[in-house]
Parts: sequence; structure tokens; C-alpha cells
Amino acid sequence: MNFDFSDDQKMLKDQARKFLEDKCSYADVRTVLESDASHHDDVWQGLCDLGFTGAAIPEEYGGLGLGALELCVVAEELGRCAAPVPFSSSIYMAAEALKLGGSEALKQAWLPKLASGEIIGTLAAAEGPAAPSPRNTKTTFANGKLNGRKLPVPDGETASVAIVLANTGGAGEQAVSLVVVDLTQSSVTRSSVETIDPTRGHAEINFEDADATLLGVAGEGWALMKRVEAGAAVLVAFEQVGGTEAALHMAKDYSLDRYAFGRQIGSYQAIKHKLADMYVKLELARSNAYYGAMVLAQEGADLELAAASARISATEAYRFAAQECIQVHGGIGFTWEANPQFHYRRSKLLALSLGSASRWKNRLVAELEKSNVA
Amino acid sequence: MDFNDTPEEAKFRSEAREWLTANARQRDTSNAKASVSNKSEAERLVRAKQWQALKAEAGYAAITWPTEYGGRGGTSIQSVIYSQEEANFDVPRGFFEIGLGMCIPTMMKWATPEQNERYVKPALFGEEVWCQLFSEPAAGSDVAGLRTKCERDGDDWIINGQKVWTSGAHFCDYGIIVTRSDPTVPKHKGLTFFFLDMKTPGIEIRPIKQISGGAGFNEVFFNDVRVPDSQRLGDVGEGWKVSLTTLMNERLAIGGGSGVDHEELLKLARETELEEGPAIKDSNVREKLADWYVQSQGLKYTKFRTLTALSKGQVPGAESSIGKIVSGPKMQDLGSFAMDIQGQGGILQDGDESPMGAAFQNQWLGAAGYRIAGGTDEILRNIVSEQVLGLPQDIRVDKKVPFNELASNSKK
Repeated sequence: MNFDFSDDQKMLKDQARKFLEDKCSYADVRTVLESDASHHDDVWQGLCDLGFTGAAIPEEYGGLGLGALELCVVAEELGRCAAPVPFSSSIYMAAEALKLGGSEALKQAWLPKLASGEIIGTLAAAEGPAAPSPRNTKTTFANGKLNGRKLPVPDGETASVAIVLANTGGAGEQAVSLVVVDLTQSSVTRSSVETIDPTRGHAEINFEDADATLLGVAGEGWALMKRVEAGAAVLVAFEQVGGTEAALHMAKDYSLDRYAFGRQIGSYQAIKHKLADMYVKLELARSNAYYGAMVLAQEGADLELAAASARISATEAYRFAAQECIQVHGGIGFTWEANPQFHYRRSKLLALSLGSASRWKNRLVAELEKSNVA
Repeated sequence: MDFNDTPEEAKFRSEAREWLTANARQRDTSNAKASVSNKSEAERLVRAKQWQALKAEAGYAAITWPTEYGGRGGTSIQSVIYSQEEANFDVPRGFFEIGLGMCIPTMMKWATPEQNERYVKPALFGEEVWCQLFSEPAAGSDVAGLRTKCERDGDDWIINGQKVWTSGAHFCDYGIIVTRSDPTVPKHKGLTFFFLDMKTPGIEIRPIKQISGGAGFNEVFFNDVRVPDSQRLGDVGEGWKVSLTTLMNERLAIGGGSGVDHEELLKLARETELEEGPAIKDSNVREKLADWYVQSQGLKYTKFRTLTALSKGQVPGAESSIGKIVSGPKMQDLGSFAMDIQGQGGILQDGDESPMGAAFQNQWLGAAGYRIAGGTDEILRNIVSEQVLGLPQDIRVDKKVPFNELASNSKK
């Protein structure tokens, strides 16, 4: 039984943690919250310089050629400090989609720049307040031209390339494809949008006859996107695990610091049991995330099931820890100047970024139905 | 990252599997959870004793115990590997866990070499069964509040009082007991610990019928029960220290929950028609099913993390403390929800009519007790918050006060 990360992977995690502790405190995250910046550029450049962005990109495309497990340990640390950087958009989504579906030319064109961090990438699927699906995707791609509106697009203002879900005219699930779009062309217009988590920039993007290239096979965009989402779900689960642990520690530290009725509030069972529940959910989430990581790294057949489990478990853990962290803090926790808001905001952002928990529960049961034919 | 055995572990696993295959019957997994033995307890005990003797002879009954006590001198991971393999076989369970998991380890630490020479091997080979006499009507979670008293009389002690929730007392040969020797000092300081023969005159055992209909527990009454001082474990007044040895082993002895889980719920949801169609297509059913699947997987992989530490010869982290906090309520809620799916018919607890031999109904009733036995949900949360997270203990009003001056049910 060797259900753990290797010593090398733990060293990488340590390295990420030390860098982020130094460069990405809550005060640093706050500068993004309180400015118009889409992300924290110094932190982002530092992560790129350390090679984290290229960790899972093959060496032939300018990466380090490590694997999913290395990305997982970095993700946990990014989540712990609620890092205001475009890592997930650029790496878990854009780079992974290109790795999975891209032609040699597309990989050559984009992966080296994503690996080095020279440019930022993203994936644009949603078109307003409804879960994206083949049925409600109105953006079209025909004759090499993309038309439509995507909202919200993570890091949409700063990204140079986007993988876009577009209708290509087929029926049912075959109605959509993924296409690669250079966002710097003049037929693309974009503007930032307000969200519940301003530490992560989001934009509205309009395409008017924008040049685009098909990613993978026409009509197979939905299947490819689900596969990209499954991988990203595991990586985001590690961010959620890191965030959960941070929120738990923040709440615990405050409960030891704060006195009420002549004693530390952390000595009351109402608080202790709340924190114990955070811990229980954290450990369940961590264990499910580890299994997701193992399956992702081995490219196992049950990735969809493992990813859904990791995501559902981690989403629940982070939701509970972030919201109850504010509750443990009492009034101060609800103020702008206090830090619990970072995890409250980020937990909901991550809970929705790849689709809601309900959607993933449905995906999970669909897998169970397949694998357990009575 | 993988689930593979090391070469040594793989070798041990195949030896264990080989031995089990030669000596036991493979479990019928097609209907395992619904199958309930219809043999009497006495018949099952006879079979369990035979199996225990065979297992001990082969060195699989106490893998981590030192060889001088009849153990194998093996590692914790070997013990886990054997249990994993044994789980695939239809072998008797449920008679020796408390004795070998809690009582004998306490003896090994506190009894004399001669006593251990006399008692350890017969327990290991299933010849003598042991029980643990701790809880009392007024001392459950707060077990140190116990009132059964012992008084010195020459070379003996006289025990009077009542114990409760004693698993298996009615078929046990020996027991370990903690009693109050001095009520005038604070409660943890006035306790004294013994082992005794359960056939000693003055001991009366009455089964407790549970809401599930079963009667695995007993009340045990002590009426002038005479125990020689030579059967005292630890010093007079040091009984709490001895008790901690037993209680530390309790978490290891009380196994994870078994019973119906997400697989059975999926099967039920497929086979049950609701007003709008099959239950499995109902979004509420799907959400619940996913939640419990994820919890079960989370517990399974948490165990794998613990095993990984054991496999590497490290001390496991605190993560194993979450097991019963999660599995108890899950068993209860899942049972309850599965009954909901059955509509009004869910009230039936009928082996022929109810799905899977009424396994959901049985579990719903039984789980109410599982959430209490071996540490309530609430006590376990205290343990996690204090021992894992380092939060302070609650303010205690009973620590420095003589036991006989404390407020209690009879003296408010």
C-alpha cells in the first residue's frame, strides 16, 4: 500500500508553500480584491519562474514533463492561500484541453507559451446564468469563424487564447465542438464583469467572425469538455482541500484567541464540534482527492467516477469550512477588513466553476449505473 | 502512488490466503449482507471456538502479539492484510474481539507473568472468553463517574453494584472490572481495577433487549462478590490508569460499520417504482446516493492512507479518528432513506416482504445504538477537537471535588 505522494512530490509541495507563504499572504490577495487587477502579477510570474505552470506539460512543448500528481500538490498550496492567479484557467483547462485534443500544430503553437507563462489561456463555456450544455450553447462556429457571447469567462480579460464551446450544427450531444481562439484579434471584444470573488478576474467576451480552429473532432466537443472537466475537477479538489484546511485553521486560531463569558470560545462544545465537523469533511475530501489524483495520473478508466467523488467531497468540505469560519469569528468575520471572506468567496467560486455539486452528483450516479448493471 | 503490496506484504497475503482457502469457506458475496445465520448463539459460539483454536494454532489469531504469548510477533500491516483476506471468507465473528482486543492487552500490561501464563493463551485459543465491565447506569460517556464499590476484607475485596452494556457477559468466562475503592477523593483517584471469574457467586447477569430486538448486551449485578487481592491490576486507587490501557485499545477493537450501503441503495432504487418512474431516476434519490457513495469512498481511502503509514512503518495520522463519526449517522440515515423509498411499505420489517430481507429496516434500528456504543458521536467530536485540533477541554466542575460531594442524578 503506497497511497501517498512521493518524497519528491512532497518537496515540490513544500517549495510551493514556502513561495506562497512569502509572496501571497492575505494582504497580497487583498490588493487584488481592492483594485481593478484581474490577478496578482508578481505571484503569477513567480509561479511561472518556478516552473509550476509547465509542470505537467511535456518537455517537447517546453514543460517539465512531470505529471498530474505534481500539479495536485501545487494546487493544494494555491488553494490554501486563495491565490489570485490564472493557474486553473491557463493550466487545468486550456493546457489540458490542448494536450488532450490538440493537433500537433495547435500544441506547438500554444503549449510552450502556456508552459512558460508568457501567455494566459482559458476555457469559455458558459453563456450567462445557466449551466452550459449542448442545448443552450448559442455561440456558433462555422467556416472557421466564431460568433457569440461568453459570460463569465475566467481570466477572460488577460488571456491570450481561449478554448471555446461552440455549436457546430450536429444533433444532441454532437451539437457542440471545442475551438481554439486567439483572443488578441480585433474581432474579439471583452470587458471585465463583477463577480462574488473579485480576487479572480472574469470577463464577458464577444466574438464577431473571429478566426478560430477546431480542437479535436467536430461534434465531439461535449465529450472532450467533460474529460477536461474531470481532470480539472481533481485539481480543483486539491485547491478546495487546501482552502478547507486554511479556513479550519483560521477558525481554530480565532477560537483560541477569543474569550467570551470568561473563557476561550474554543472550549465550548458548540464551537469544538463545528471544528471537528470541518476536520471530518476535510479528511474525507482529502482521501477522495488522493484517489482522484491516482486515477488521473494513471489515466484510469474510472476517472469520471473518481473525479466526481473528489469534487463533490471537496466542494462540501470547503463550503462548510468557509461559511462556518465566518460564523466562528462572529461579527468581525463579516467585516471587509477580516480575512474569512477570501475563503467564503473562493469556496463558492470553485463550487460553481466546473458546474454545481448537483450536476456532479448526477454525473457520479450515471457512472454507478454503468458500472453496476444489476 | 498505488495500492500495491510491497513484496513482503504480497508474500504474507498469499500465505494467509492459502491458509484461509485450505481451512475456511469462501464467502458467498452474492447475498452476503442479507444472509443472517439462523443458528443459536450457543451453536455459533461452539463453531467460533473451534475456528479460533485453528486460527491461533496457525499464528493468525494475534499477529502483532509477541511470540511468548502465542502471537506471531508480526506487524500491524500484516494484521490488516490478514483481516482483509479473512473478510472474503465465511468465518465466525463477534465473540473474541473485546477479550483479545481490550481485556487481554490490559492483562498483558498489568497482570503478573504467572497470571499471563495462565490466562493469555486460553483466551487466544478461544477456550476462555472475556468481557469488559466498565459502563454503569450512571456512568456512560463519563465512565469515571462509576459507583460500583469495592471494600477490602482481609486478602479479598467485596464488590457491590451494577454494570451495564456488558457485551457477551452471558457467555463469558472472565471479565475485567473497574470499581470505586474510595469515594472521598476526586473521582479519577478513587478507582481500583480487577479481573474476575464470571462464575463467582453473587454475580447475576440479565440480558438487555435492544430496540432492534437483539440482546447482545447485559446488565451485570454484583452482590457481595468476593475477589482475591491477587486479582487486582495496578495499585489501589490507580484503576483509572489501568482503564486507560483498555480504552486506548477500544478504538482499535470497535471495527468499522458494516451493513447495507450505497450498493444496496442503488439496487433498491433500481428495483423500486415511484409515482414518476424508477426511483433511480429521481433527482433527490440520485443526490443522496452520490453523497453516501462519496462518504463511503472517503472512509475507504482514509483507511488506505492509514495503511500506507503502517506499511512504511510510520505512526498513522489522526485521520482514522473520523471513521465512526461518519459511518454511524450514515448507516442510520441511509437506512431511513431507503425505507422512505419504499413508501408506506417501508414500515414492514418482514424478511420475506421487505427488500433484502429487511436489511434497511434492521440497520435503521441498529444504527441508533451504533452511534452510541464505543464513544458517542458527541464524545468522538470532543476527542477530535481536543486531541487532533488541540482545543481546550470543557471547564470541569468534577475534577478536584471528592466523588461523594459531586452533584449526580440522586443528589442534585
